[in-house]
Amino acid sequence: MENTIVKAENYNSYFGDNHVVKDVNISINKNEVIAVMGPSGCGKTTFLRGINRMHELIPGATSTGKILLDGENVYDMNAIYVRCKIGMVFQRPNPFPNMSIYENVVAGYLLNGLKISKAEKDVIVEKSLTSAALWKEVKDSLHKKGTFLSGGQQQRLCIARAIAMEPELILFDEPTSALDPISTSSVEALFHELKANYTLIIVTHNMQQAARVSDRTAFFYLGELVEFDDTKQMFTNPKDTRTQNYITGRFS
Amino acid sequence: MEARIGTRNTKSMIFKGVIMFFAFLITVPLIIILLYIIKQGVGQVNWHFLTHVPAPVGEVGGGIINALAGSFIMVLIASIISIPVGMLAGIYLSENPNTKLAHYSGLCVDILQGVPSIVVGIVVYFWLVKPLGTFSAISGSIALAIMMLPIVIRSTEQTLKLLPDSLKEAALSLGVPYHRVILKVIIPCGFSGILSGIMLSIARVIGETAPLLFTAFGNPYLSGAINKPMESLPHLIFTYATSPYDDWHNLAWGASFILLMFVLILNIVTKVITRKWKIQL
Repeated sequence: MENTIVKAENYNSYFGDNHVVKDVNISINKNEVIAVMGPSGCGKTTFLRGINRMHELIPGATSTGKILLDGENVYDMNAIYVRCKIGMVFQRPNPFPNMSIYENVVAGYLLNGLKISKAEKDVIVEKSLTSAALWKEVKDSLHKKGTFLSGGQQQRLCIARAIAMEPELILFDEPTSALDPISTSSVEALFHELKANYTLIIVTHNMQQAARVSDRTAFFYLGELVEFDDTKQMFTNPKDTRTQNYITGRFS
Repeated sequence: MEARIGTRNTKSMIFKGVIMFFAFLITVPLIIILLYIIKQGVGQVNWHFLTHVPAPVGEVGGGIINALAGSFIMVLIASIISIPVGMLAGIYLSENPNTKLAHYSGLCVDILQGVPSIVVGIVVYFWLVKPLGTFSAISGSIALAIMMLPIVIRSTEQTLKLLPDSLKEAALSLGVPYHRVILKVIIPCGFSGILSGIMLSIARVIGETAPLLFTAFGNPYLSGAINKPMESLPHLIFTYATSPYDDWHNLAWGASFILLMFVLILNIVTKVITRKWKIQL
């Protein structure tokens, strides 16, 4: 399909002998918001980290199968190049504590030693912070440290940092699990706006969040991709009994 | 039960009193040493003292410029050798704590830290001084560098281990190559801790006499040649304090005062730096 941006083919992940992600096949379209949900320890995060090759950084972690980004297997590409093209936002906001808000946004350029002019940086900073719905709040304190912001603001700063690299795809690893409800809603509201320009994959174990923000939802259970369907369909009329049990709260 | 509550409270009070007393007691030796050295030494220190070489017996005046310059040069060279080596090794130990190499290397660091300084001096004597045929400042510097290494390595390692993994992941997920992650993110974030380790290691070796006894040896004249014997503050104190002349004893007191002040200031600056530059995570 032409519209496909990411496609996993028989993808497996392991920690040593522990088979964490089992034979996943999934195809994700451009400008979609995908929620990946499932109980703790079911391989959601591991699958996500396989997409931008962060999984392999853990000692003993391996994987097999293919992840195709625009038709090209990321495991045949240079890992550093893959990570430049795919943004990632983590569970806990992790702005660089040694950098100002401004520097945090352009951190991808600074740390990679890419030479860009001050004017270009200014444009990137304003554009990224605006897209991350943070510009209005921080435009007068751009040169303060990013760690002085609230949790929700820090997380949006991390989103701005990912956006600044102009990725095609942004991965979110339980992006609101360390945030309070108000910050959570500020980040969730952002997902709807980001959809216009980016493809988002959001790992969450909060079902309501999956229902609120996503177009399609993938349900993982014990390392398997059990069901992948329209979010509405999934929450009203799941096909698999395991999905049904999970959604109705028989286990979590 | 009720009757005993009074006794219990008294016991607690006594215990609190005892620990307070000992906390106070341990400050006494330091204060006495400080006061005594200040009393003996501060009168010797003036501009002449800081800018002249020691006078021969019988002559009035004389100073410690040869030892000041010597200590400065040797500690500088020792730092140039031990800081990069120690930091790089420390980075490896903190980044790969579970490898065999880290285990054995860490063990060696611990043992090295426990090696008596006189032994370091003897080893450098046999390795460098004997083959080269002369006492030299460079061999003294190397002995000091060996003394500094374990402190720099361990402080780098401990500081970097405290940084959360999320920091590294943030940088890696932006496509930053590993060496840049370490150099541009991890080290800057741990900078204050690493720097304070370096300062403490300098404070530690600036007063070391034993490793210099058979390496840099000593020199009554001002010398900048690193392949020749060189004077140092602790060695000057050692030589002049054990001499039979009162003038020389005064010189040693003055030098002790200077050395003590230096170590004191270094320690205070380190404290301030760690507090001021500490990066809020």
